[in-house]
Amino acid sequence: MMLANIADGIKANQSRIRLVICLWWILVGPLFSADTYDTARQELVKLIEDDVRATSAYLGQESLDVRVMSAIATVPRHEFVPPELRALAYENRPLPIGHGQTISQPYIVAIMTELLRLDPHARVLEIGTGSGYQAAILAELVDEVYSIEIIKPLAEQASLRLARLGYNNVKIMEGDGYYGWEQQAPFDAIIVTAAASHIPPPLIKQLKTGGRMIIPVGSPFMAQELLLVKKEEGERITTRQILPVRFVPLTGKH
Amino acid sequence: MTGSSLRIYPPYLSLALLSASALAYEVLLMRLFSIIQWHHFAYMIIGLALLGYSISGTIISIFKQQLINHYYHFYLLCIILFSLTTIGCYMLAQDIPFNAEEILWDVKQVFYLGAMFLILTLPFFLAATAICLSFIKYEAKVPWIYAADLLGAGIGSLSILFLLYWVFPQWALILIGISGLIAVILAVYELRYPVPKIVGINALLLIGLLIYAGPYLELNMSPYKGLMQTLRIDGTEVIEEHSSPLGYLSVVKSEQVPFRYAPGLSVKSQAEPLDQIGVFIDGDNMSVMTRYPATLDKLQYLDEMTSAAPYHLKKIDSVLIIGAGGGADVLQAKFHNTATIDAIELNRQIVDLLNTRYADFTGKLYQQNNVTIHVTEARSFLTDTFVKYDLLELALIDAFNASSSGLYALNESYLYTVEALQQYFDHLKPGGYLAITRWIKLPPRDSLKLVATAIRALEENGVTSPNKQLVLLRSWQTSTLLVKNGQFSDQELAALQQFCDARAFDLAYTPTLSRKQVNRFNVLSEPMFYEAISAMFSDERGQYLARYKFDLQPATDDRPYFHHFFKWATFAEIYQLRRQGGMPLIEWGYIVLVATLCIAILLSIVLILLPLWFFQRAQLSIPPDIKRYTVLYYFFAIGLAFLFIEIAFIQKFTLFLHHPVTTIAVVLTAFLVFAGAGSLLSGRLLQRYTNRTIINYAVGGITTLCLGYLLLLGPLFASLSAIAEPIKIMIAISLIAPLAFCMGMPFPMGLASLGGQANLYIPWAWGINGCASVISAVLATLLAIHFGFSIVILSAVILYLTLLLTNLAVARRS
Repeated sequence: MMLANIADGIKANQSRIRLVICLWWILVGPLFSADTYDTARQELVKLIEDDVRATSAYLGQESLDVRVMSAIATVPRHEFVPPELRALAYENRPLPIGHGQTISQPYIVAIMTELLRLDPHARVLEIGTGSGYQAAILAELVDEVYSIEIIKPLAEQASLRLARLGYNNVKIMEGDGYYGWEQQAPFDAIIVTAAASHIPPPLIKQLKTGGRMIIPVGSPFMAQELLLVKKEEGERITTRQILPVRFVPLTGKH
Repeated sequence: MTGSSLRIYPPYLSLALLSASALAYEVLLMRLFSIIQWHHFAYMIIGLALLGYSISGTIISIFKQQLINHYYHFYLLCIILFSLTTIGCYMLAQDIPFNAEEILWDVKQVFYLGAMFLILTLPFFLAATAICLSFIKYEAKVPWIYAADLLGAGIGSLSILFLLYWVFPQWALILIGISGLIAVILAVYELRYPVPKIVGINALLLIGLLIYAGPYLELNMSPYKGLMQTLRIDGTEVIEEHSSPLGYLSVVKSEQVPFRYAPGLSVKSQAEPLDQIGVFIDGDNMSVMTRYPATLDKLQYLDEMTSAAPYHLKKIDSVLIIGAGGGADVLQAKFHNTATIDAIELNRQIVDLLNTRYADFTGKLYQQNNVTIHVTEARSFLTDTFVKYDLLELALIDAFNASSSGLYALNESYLYTVEALQQYFDHLKPGGYLAITRWIKLPPRDSLKLVATAIRALEENGVTSPNKQLVLLRSWQTSTLLVKNGQFSDQELAALQQFCDARAFDLAYTPTLSRKQVNRFNVLSEPMFYEAISAMFSDERGQYLARYKFDLQPATDDRPYFHHFFKWATFAEIYQLRRQGGMPLIEWGYIVLVATLCIAILLSIVLILLPLWFFQRAQLSIPPDIKRYTVLYYFFAIGLAFLFIEIAFIQKFTLFLHHPVTTIAVVLTAFLVFAGAGSLLSGRLLQRYTNRTIINYAVGGITTLCLGYLLLLGPLFASLSAIAEPIKIMIAISLIAPLAFCMGMPFPMGLASLGGQANLYIPWAWGINGCASVISAVLATLLAIHFGFSIVILSAVILYLTLLLTNLAVARRS
């Protein structure tokens, strides 16, 4: 009985702790001014640039597109993480956002975005909106972003959040991403952040010739590799498997 | 109340039941935490929680007099609390929001892990305290008490394995709580305890706990497991669940969003997978049951995977599929009109699903005329049959995420060893193929290790040009290795090229492939697969494998760790890169093992030294013929050696009995029960011989039997492989019995040296033995990974032999 009460107590305590954290943020949050977050964000950008430079040989480029880095420097990541994790929003790490989902590591977000080679007038489809952070980065770079989220509460929250932050060029649909977004196809780029056992054929179909699709492969907290799918002339499909880390499998060959 | 007013015989029955419950609880916790978390962290938490045994030794060493003065109260109290904490501590521990995936990002997770370990230590501490107090209270009866402890543990291990076939693990937890209550009833009876209403109080507390605990006894699975992720999607629900020691099986239907499980599907495919029902094992490892189509052409998508390649090289009339699961590979064979399809599945519950409740949905797939399903272990099946096949196929049976994170590193697998591959080759018709499909990892690991294993197997079979019998193809997601019983012809290679081109798959290696022809559709920064396999066929194989940053050495039956890729030289580099995208390269299974060992050693040092400090402070007088370091060495060595032998022989007998659950049930129970019998006999022998003499004979017996078994078990098992399973079990028990019998003697005979004034050392020795057991379980696995199980047995023999050099067992008789 006593142990059951303790278990009850723990559950109640967890709720209480969350409530206290929320209240703390309401009270103390304003102390973390926009400037504080801006500074943290600029430091994060610098950190990503350093990491990219270190990984350059393996990514095939010295640095990332200025526009991509500018988007990372602009989008307020702290708005996309749960209140209790805001203090960690500008650490270069993935964070849980509830519903068993995560917001990706900024370094991986930057590389994935870069690999899409986005034109400002591109039309981009995202499968797996999550918190909406990746959609916001894309929205900084292109005219139209379409995003599909299968988990209803996440779709609703992301939609409200992006609207509040003024990202009016992002359209979110709740539903199954397998069939893409037929009415808005074809797309110049597609980013699939939701797990799939294979690349859905409808998505390949909705990719323009010359278009690129990027898929992070791995668990929610770790992108093991990035799969870049290219649709070339004559409907030829190639994939490129990119290890987003400076690592070669043999010793003595750096 | 004093001891004199109570019974003078030790409470054997309650002690045996308590020991049975504690061992059952240990096995059950492994099962429960493998479901709600992941196997490797379950291994760590439960492994360390067993330090509860040594903590009991330390605490009793310090408070011995007070505890022994009130032995009867404390003995009962420990069992009462054990019955309550088995349930209560599990509930508390599963409520801790530990996320294994965040452990390198967030230091908080380490504390969560520590909290889980501490909480789960409590029930083991309580059980061990009751047993250890009994040793001191009845020091002249140590061999009998130890026998009751071991016999109980043997019965516990057998009971829980069978129980898990009948009830869900969360209900088994309640049964263990109740068995604790029965132990209390027995203890009250055995001790003639004057306050029998204590039983009623315990029962009321347990009932109260169960009433309050009921809602929380549901499995609180990590939100990052595949099943939980799937259940977030509207319209998905678990429609039935089953449990067995092999896994917790959840059947899931998804009405609105189909599963569409088709790993490795070609990017050129236009087909959508058919309607599917998901089957999750332990909340992960998804496989699917597929709706049987009206016409087989609807299965076209199954022909657009790398695993379909052999069907395009020649007409396949007979196939053996290992790891049939939900039947995807059987359907693939049906699609290609294979005349005879034999399929093997270890887990009966999956086969039952397809044969009964989902028989209509799956078109009675496993009951069709040309399909025969065998519920057995693959190598056992192959040992018993002389049938040869056109194609022998190993299905993709593990989940991608677990595979890619190195979570299988601790799992022994006898399907991917050199000897296993040789057995597969023996069952191929001339010109037949062995096909093994694996997930692609970057940098390559599984696929290359498999190639290295196949080359070794072919070479050991006397094949002079193995390179002409092996091809590897890959998509971005899967690779399929084909090994032919004979050399690949030009026509076959041309057909393979055509198959790959049509599906945008790459040939990674064929006997005639050049560097220019690889890396065309699924482009890697370097043609890693081609270069590695070419190097393996050159004189530089040894150098290449040494330079490769992951361990690609072939697995063998003696070192059955196919999934172990970890190299220390690489770890530092990967660790430095963990925040720059390197974290997924960490092979978690091995790291967890080493971390468990380090923590166990550190805690053991504290737990062993603490009583020494206390003895010194209390200025307790000890007989001069008993040296502390001798006690320390003797009981530490026994703790290490006993489990070394137990673990290594479970592995050795797996190759004879094959089914993992049968093997563990038979071997573990036989070891514990016969060691108990050995302890019992040693108690009787002590009336005629000195304990020194008994130890000498026991060690002599252990050494002779271990060395004899090392030499003879292999040929013996080979010659007896075709006999019926019940006879095999009898043979296994007969082989284990004398060895276990001898192994049951050194511990009680050692304790017999610590009677009288030296009984201060009994709890200390008990604690030392507990520490050594925890360290031993981990160390045995590490030794086996690096040197093989034979070395584990040899190490145990050496440890036992060194006991003869200690002068602990001074000539004493009871």
